[in-house]
Amino acid sequence: MKKTLLGIVLAAVAVQAQEAVPTVEEIVAKANRAAYYQGRSGRAKVSMSIKDAQGRERAREFTILRLDLEPEGDTSDTFTGDQKFYVYFERPADVNKTAYLVHKHVGRDDDRWLFLPGLNLVKRIAASDTRTSFVGSDFFYEDVSGRNPADDVHELAETTDTYYVLSNTPKDPKAVEFASYKMWIHKASFIPVKAEYYDAKGEKIREAQALEVQQIQGYPTVTKSMMKDLRTGSATTISYTRVEYNIALTEDIFTERYLRNPPRAQLR
Amino acid sequence: MKQRMMIGGMLAACAAWAQEPALPAGLGALAAPAPAASAEPALPQGLDLGMSAEPPQATLAQPRGRVLPEELSGFWEMRGGVRLQDDPHEKTASIGETRLQVQFDKAADRAAVKVVADFLYDPVLNDHRVDLESGDGWLDLRQANLLLRPAPFMDVKLGRQINTWGTGDLLFINDLFPKDWNAYFIGRDDDYLKAPSDAAKVSLFSEAVNLDIVYTPRFDSDRYIDGRRISYWNSQRRAGRDATVDADKPDGWFRDDEWAARLYRNIGVYEAAAYAYDGFWKSPGGTDAATGRMIFPRLQVFGGSMRGPLGRGLFNLEGGWYRSADDLSGDDPFVRNSETRLLAGYEQELMQNLTGGVQYYVESMNDYGAYRRTLPPGARAADEHRQVVTFRLTRLLMNQNLRVGMFVYYSPTDSDMYLRPNVNYKVDDHWIVEVGGNVFIGRDDHTFFGQFERNNNVYASVRYGF
Repeated sequence: MKKTLLGIVLAAVAVQAQEAVPTVEEIVAKANRAAYYQGRSGRAKVSMSIKDAQGRERAREFTILRLDLEPEGDTSDTFTGDQKFYVYFERPADVNKTAYLVHKHVGRDDDRWLFLPGLNLVKRIAASDTRTSFVGSDFFYEDVSGRNPADDVHELAETTDTYYVLSNTPKDPKAVEFASYKMWIHKASFIPVKAEYYDAKGEKIREAQALEVQQIQGYPTVTKSMMKDLRTGSATTISYTRVEYNIALTEDIFTERYLRNPPRAQLR
Repeated sequence: MKQRMMIGGMLAACAAWAQEPALPAGLGALAAPAPAASAEPALPQGLDLGMSAEPPQATLAQPRGRVLPEELSGFWEMRGGVRLQDDPHEKTASIGETRLQVQFDKAADRAAVKVVADFLYDPVLNDHRVDLESGDGWLDLRQANLLLRPAPFMDVKLGRQINTWGTGDLLFINDLFPKDWNAYFIGRDDDYLKAPSDAAKVSLFSEAVNLDIVYTPRFDSDRYIDGRRISYWNSQRRAGRDATVDADKPDGWFRDDEWAARLYRNIGVYEAAAYAYDGFWKSPGGTDAATGRMIFPRLQVFGGSMRGPLGRGLFNLEGGWYRSADDLSGDDPFVRNSETRLLAGYEQELMQNLTGGVQYYVESMNDYGAYRRTLPPGARAADEHRQVVTFRLTRLLMNQNLRVGMFVYYSPTDSDMYLRPNVNYKVDDHWIVEVGGNVFIGRDDHTFFGQFERNNNVYASVRYGF
């Protein structure tokens, strides 16, 4: 009798423990949400500082608007589907007033357009390689818009007091420049704090790290992070200011109309 | 032995601990909200921000090192170029300009003002009097317009503006807004291929379809090749500054006007558009038989286009019917015949930071029989189907700061070609240097690109952007 009771208690504890430790899929989904899907929409002013191995520095400044195409009435906080982005460049001078529109599709190529103000031309972008530098920085296009979790095999390598450490290998190794990467995901907030990319020899080639996190409207938000390219010695620091979530954005902002004439009120 | 293993284990543990990243600022507080301390001061950074309407770091957003007010921007540029061979009718220098562009933007929620003015001096031209219509002289006013949003579904742009639509890459069928072919051929920045219109543009938006209507009350022609900078074939010989074209341009306000419209929408990931134009041939398209002066006959254009993803790249298709309203039967030898123009293109990223594009373009003359029949004796007959293939290769290097590009027009029917090599390097956030060339090769002297053979040039520029 006593033994049975103990068995039940132990079983209950085991169930509880199981609930407390999320599955790899849950960790990946929550980290993806924490990094790219906070709130239903958002705006941020972005400053980038790109420093090459010789210490020469270049700056980028732009405002980014984001809208998640979350189904109406979905309150589950689990959406990780299609999104729309509007990017309005201010610096450097040669890209001032250039606008960039992305319709991000999970599972297939994104649609991208660029507005060139001098020609008043809306150009559709043919580039499909998402692991290409974003605006000349050490961040890849995919680092900014989010890599599809389904592109990698994820494994929980370790659980520390603070982090879930994931080891990830690409399903299509030919499509990417790395052989694997490791991610440290903060247990309490699911913010990816660090990522290290390795080549086939196990050599570390790239490293991303969150440097500062702020609570904004209740959402833990990375407001400063850094990406280092260890082969070229170049590093990019990115800072987000004026971050605001759940702003009034409608889908028509992400069309040719506003590419040609920026949505001043929303960009502020 | 045991001890060694223990030390080894400790070292491994240390190494593992060292590898683990430190929590960034802000996450530490999140992880352990110390209950005793939280009652009094030290609110976690994030919580504090969430409650204030204007985050304190907003002041940081002011761009660093910027002295000019936000409304003003522009660049200063010097650009020089020389011909690669003698041209008896033109100067050796093809371009030698100093240019200051000043841009002013002021925007409210439902209105915006934009002025873009270029102040320039180029000794290659002898006359510097300002003509805002042709862009001649020391001032080229490129834009001066007011954008209004009178209703949520409507935008109106009034004044001097640059308009572009259509799907071609440096080929235009339904875009009948003025082009500056001189700027293009002497190696100014690509932006200067588009010349401004003095117009009113009304845009209407709806879920189903969008409509743009551009009304130009007085005809704005191309800044066409007139011999002042670029020598050309004048139907008998190569000519230049010795025989500049003084075309008879329709210039009656509200009488010699232009209408252009575009109806467009997205169908899934594809962009579809229909176009209409009512105005004049944009570059001279005929001759006044009595005076011998070049003229701009009436023209209507109806067309459509489609653009979207295909395979790993993008395709574009565009077509248009050029209805030469002053010569509908095609038997007037002094006015261009009607034409059907078609374009098909494909662009793809070939490898990282290398993009390639190819286009096929054909201009088919309507009523070709009537054209041949009425051609003046001795005149050279144009082909019924003029075909052009274009190739583009663009390579980005050095963190995308160096761009090496080549654009080629090749016409198998005219046996001529036009090459546009270009290298552009961003020295830093302000300085850009560029070198490039314009090379025309043709079997005959009278073909579209072949006639410009004496204008082959190279250029270099340095620009400071602010």
